[in-house]
Amino acid sequence: MSQPLINWFKFASPASFYPLAGKMWPWFAALATAFAAAGLWISFFVAPTDFQQGEGYRIIFIHVPASWMSMFIYCVMAFWSAIGIGFNTRLSGMMSSALAPTGALFAFLSLWTGALWGKPMWGAWWVWDARLTSELILLFLYLGYIALTAAIDDPRRADKAGAIVSLVGVINVPIIYFSVKWWNTLHQGASVSMTKAPTMAATMLWGMLLMALAFWMYSIAVALYRVRAIILERERHATWVAELLEMQR
Amino acid sequence: MNAFVAILRRDLLLAMRRKSEMLTALFFFMIVVSLFPLGIGPETALLRRIAPGVLWVAALLAAMLSLNRLFAADHQDGTLEQMALSPTPLALLVSGKVLAHWLTAGLPLVLLAPVLGLQFDLSSRALGILMLSLLLGTPLLSLIGAIGAALTLGVRGGGVLLSLLVLPLYIPALIFGAGAVEADMAGLGAGGHLSLLGALLALGLFFAPWATTAALRIALE
Repeated sequence: MSQPLINWFKFASPASFYPLAGKMWPWFAALATAFAAAGLWISFFVAPTDFQQGEGYRIIFIHVPASWMSMFIYCVMAFWSAIGIGFNTRLSGMMSSALAPTGALFAFLSLWTGALWGKPMWGAWWVWDARLTSELILLFLYLGYIALTAAIDDPRRADKAGAIVSLVGVINVPIIYFSVKWWNTLHQGASVSMTKAPTMAATMLWGMLLMALAFWMYSIAVALYRVRAIILERERHATWVAELLEMQR
Repeated sequence: MNAFVAILRRDLLLAMRRKSEMLTALFFFMIVVSLFPLGIGPETALLRRIAPGVLWVAALLAAMLSLNRLFAADHQDGTLEQMALSPTPLALLVSGKVLAHWLTAGLPLVLLAPVLGLQFDLSSRALGILMLSLLLGTPLLSLIGAIGAALTLGVRGGGVLLSLLVLPLYIPALIFGAGAVEADMAGLGAGGHLSLLGALLALGLFFAPWATTAALRIALE
C-alpha cells in the first residue's frame, strides 16, 4: 500500500486534533467576521428596497442562511455519527455533540426570524406551512439529541446513543418533510406560498450568499472551539493534557 | 424461528400476568379521548371534524406510555444480556418483543377506537377506515418506539426523554393515519394515505429492529 500524502486517521485521535483545531478556528472566525461584514453591508446599504415587501424583506438575509445551516448541520452530524459507528472513533462523537447546539441555534433563529418576517408580510406570526412545520420538527430532533446525550453519564455511551438518534433522524427528515407537505395541501391552510416569491435582484442574491458563507464559517469556528473544550474535558486524565497544562503554566 | 415464537409467548404470558399495566394504558386512551369534547364543546359537526386527529393523538400517547416496560424489566434482571449472548440473532428476539408489545398495547387500541369513535358521531365507513389506519399505524408506533426505549434504557429521566425522542418521529404516522380518515370523509378516498402508511410500516419493519439492536448493544456495554 502506498503511503498517502496526509494520514487522515492521525487526526482521528483527539490528542493530535486538539492542536490542529486550535490552529484552525481563529482563521474560520476571521473569515466569518469578514463575510458577515461584507454580507451585512450589502444587505443593508447596497441591496435595493423591495417594491412589494418594503424594508422588511431584509430579514431574509439572516433567515434563509440560518435555515440552510440548520438543515446542513444535521446532515453533518449524521455523517460524523455514521463515521463514529463505522470506525469506532472517539472524535466523531465529540464532533457531533459539538455541532448540535449550533444546529439547534440556527433552527431556532430561522423560526424566530421567520415569525418576525411573517407578521408584516402574512399578517400572522405563524402559519402551518410545510417548511415552517418541518423546521420546527427539526428543532425538536436537535433538542432530543441534546437531551439524550446530556442524560447519559458515560460519554462513550452518550456518543453512540446520540449517533443512532441522529442517523434515525436523518432518515426521517425527508419523510417528515414530505408528509407535512402533503398534509398541508390536504388542509389548504396557508394560502401564501413562499415558493412563489418574486425573482431576486442579483445584489440580494449576493448578500444572501455572503451571509450563508459567514454562517458556514461561524459554524465551523464554533464547532472547532467547542470540540476543543469537549476534548479537554473528556481527556482530562490523559497525560498529554497534563503536559499541555504544564507547558502553558 | 422457534426462538421468535418462544419469546413472543413469554412476553405475552408476562403481560397477561400483569394485566393492570395493559389496562392502565387503555383507560388512559379512553380518558384522553373523552376529555376533548369536554374541553371543546358538544357540537356534533365540530366533533366529527376533529375525531380522527384526536383519536390518533391519543393512540400515539397511549402507545408511548407502555414503551418503558418493553426492555426495562429484562434489563434489570439480566435477561437482556443473556438474549444478546444467545446464538439467535438479537434482531429476531427484538422483533418478537416488539410484536408482543404491539399485541398487548397496539391491538387493543385498534379494537377500542371504533367504540370511542361513536362518541364523536363518526359514520360506520369512517370507523372502518379509522380501524384500518390504526391497524397499519400502531405496529409502526411500536417499532419506532422500540428504538427510543432501547436508547433510553437505564438513563436518568428516561420516561420524559423517551417522549422527546419518539414523538417527533411519530409525526408521519399521525399525519397519514388521521389524514386517511379525513380524506375519506372529504370524499377524496383513503387509498393514498393508507398505502403510504403501509410503505412506512414496511420500512419500519426492515430498519427498526436493526436500529433497536444497535441501541441495545450500546446500553449493554
